[in-house]
Amino acid sequence: MTAAPDAAALTLERLVRRFGSHIAVDQVDLEVTPGELVVLLGPSGCGKTTTLRLIAGFIAPDEGDIRLDNRSIVALPPHKRDMGIVFQSYALFPHLSVARNIAFGLEMRHTAAAATQVRVAEMLRLVRLEAFANRLPRQLSGGQQQRVALARALAIHPRALLLDEPLSNLDAALRQDMAREIRLLQQARGITTIMVTHDQTEAMALADRLVLMHDGKVQQIGPPEALHLRPANPFVARFIGGANVVPGRIDAGTHLALADAPPIALAAPHAGTGAATLAVRPDSIRLGDVGRVGIRTEGTVELCTWLGATVEHVVRLGPEITLLARGPGLGPDAAPRHKAGTRVSLHWSAEDEFLFDANDRPIAANATHFTRSRETNDA
Amino acid sequence: MSDTLARVEHAAVSLLVTLGVALIGVPLLLTLYLSVFDEKLILFPPHAYTLDWYPAIAATFGDPIWTSLQLGAAAVVGSLALGIPAGIGLSRHRFRGKGLVSTLLLAPITVPGIALGLAIYIMLVAIDEGAGSSLTGSMAGLVLAHILITTPWVVRLCLASLATHDRTAEEAAASLGAHPLKVIWRVTLPAMRPGIIAGALFAFVISFENLELALFLTSPGVTTLPVAVLQYLEYHIDPLVAAVAVAQTLGIAVLLLLLDRFVRLGRIVR
Repeated sequence: MTAAPDAAALTLERLVRRFGSHIAVDQVDLEVTPGELVVLLGPSGCGKTTTLRLIAGFIAPDEGDIRLDNRSIVALPPHKRDMGIVFQSYALFPHLSVARNIAFGLEMRHTAAAATQVRVAEMLRLVRLEAFANRLPRQLSGGQQQRVALARALAIHPRALLLDEPLSNLDAALRQDMAREIRLLQQARGITTIMVTHDQTEAMALADRLVLMHDGKVQQIGPPEALHLRPANPFVARFIGGANVVPGRIDAGTHLALADAPPIALAAPHAGTGAATLAVRPDSIRLGDVGRVGIRTEGTVELCTWLGATVEHVVRLGPEITLLARGPGLGPDAAPRHKAGTRVSLHWSAEDEFLFDANDRPIAANATHFTRSRETNDA
Repeated sequence: MSDTLARVEHAAVSLLVTLGVALIGVPLLLTLYLSVFDEKLILFPPHAYTLDWYPAIAATFGDPIWTSLQLGAAAVVGSLALGIPAGIGLSRHRFRGKGLVSTLLLAPITVPGIALGLAIYIMLVAIDEGAGSSLTGSMAGLVLAHILITTPWVVRLCLASLATHDRTAEEAAASLGAHPLKVIWRVTLPAMRPGIIAGALFAFVISFENLELALFLTSPGVTTLPVAVLQYLEYHIDPLVAAVAVAQTLGIAVLLLLLDRFVRLGRIVR
């Protein structure tokens, strides 16, 4: 990835935004390097869109600073921020042709007519819509409108590109094409990009780094693999990969005592005692016969769902606890299917087991101290 | 079963539509019929037919028509100048007292015209007494009163045209470097175009045919067409008034048809 000459570094510093008594964005810190694509990911209402709107300047922060190349832009109105934005609804100007839509930002900058024409032609070529220059937005398909919105945002040589759920209005097949196209364009142009999405797969596919948000707070920042391999708290583990989360108490470092079920034997010894939360992803859990050694725990199959590529079992450990296990559904490695009511053993390996202390911080296996990794920027 | 039901439903709808059209159409057709009677008094059956009443309109009602046209134009300009910014403000911004402003702007529709006319008349007299002005019975007073009753329609239609407009288009324009006023000029106003045109049309028609306000606010020097027609009817019962009615209806119909070519009125006025 090479950064374009006009790509900027973007810094968010202790950003806070309240709506009445609700804190939509709570002390958000973020450093985006020139040419990087950072995805703000989280469930709806987590503050990701508010963060994007703060960067765009549509709303003002209550506290904190936003800097482009180390110069604060908090006081600048949106029209002076030089941000290219692609909206969820594309927000094309319905009364202007495709070409005039793309030219809009250049006209606002009083670019000479000839230069504007050249730039518009270049942008149309970039998004492969040369033949549609004179169409009106409503005469285009969703994917085409999306590309016009992208071309319009890029035409002004923005210092950063902001994408607000750009793929959510497209159907599934088109979404993947478009995601790839956005990624290629962004990399080819080396433009600093912030994208907001609630779709984990989309985020994984596009991001250099992910920012996972929840309740206005950043839960973890890092490359997709880092969030997957080293989730910073139970929320991250659950959101990325849909981990089963089991609250309990660490007992002698080797077991997790549960309130209403037999203890779970941990795959690796963990330091300390006290309240703890275990997170295990469905894909990490293998089911087997009962009574074998080296198993984590046992349970009763409640539901078996075969989905073709995968097979899923819901296994009940106790009155209030069920775990979801997922294995391959086809081929030589296909996981055995168990009927509802069957007693099964559950296995997983040490690297697939995540433990968190009472403050939701990770507890390292075999370690004597708790590591705090709110930010795992290393790959 | 459902086939019979559908047929009954279809028949019922057709009947209602026919009745509706008849209700509107019969008086119009009768007026048209009346306007070509060659009689001094309205006698049936007429002994002959003539088109002479139409050229006669100008001689009797020329001045009031001219006054009404000027008044309508002024009311359109005035209510657009007030109603468009009000519509943008009410739909795009939150501010203290927004509910009050919105109620006040739409309230004149709910007050009976005759009450409004009397109230404005009393107020103008009071102003004239206090300030020594001569608003009562003047064109200026009449224009202001008409703006009062036409503005609610402009505001309402502007709001309607903005309700379906994607607000993020304005944010997009701002992000592309457009100053807030430029955003209004380049994005908001074009989106409001159908509403503005329909609002202007409504304002004109309402002003042109308004009788109640003019009854109180006109003076011998300034008489609008509806008032002139009413006064004429006190002393004459001849087909001239029918000719005026037909001409006015035709004029407005042509206006509507022309406008419908530019904006689909049906989309805005529901």
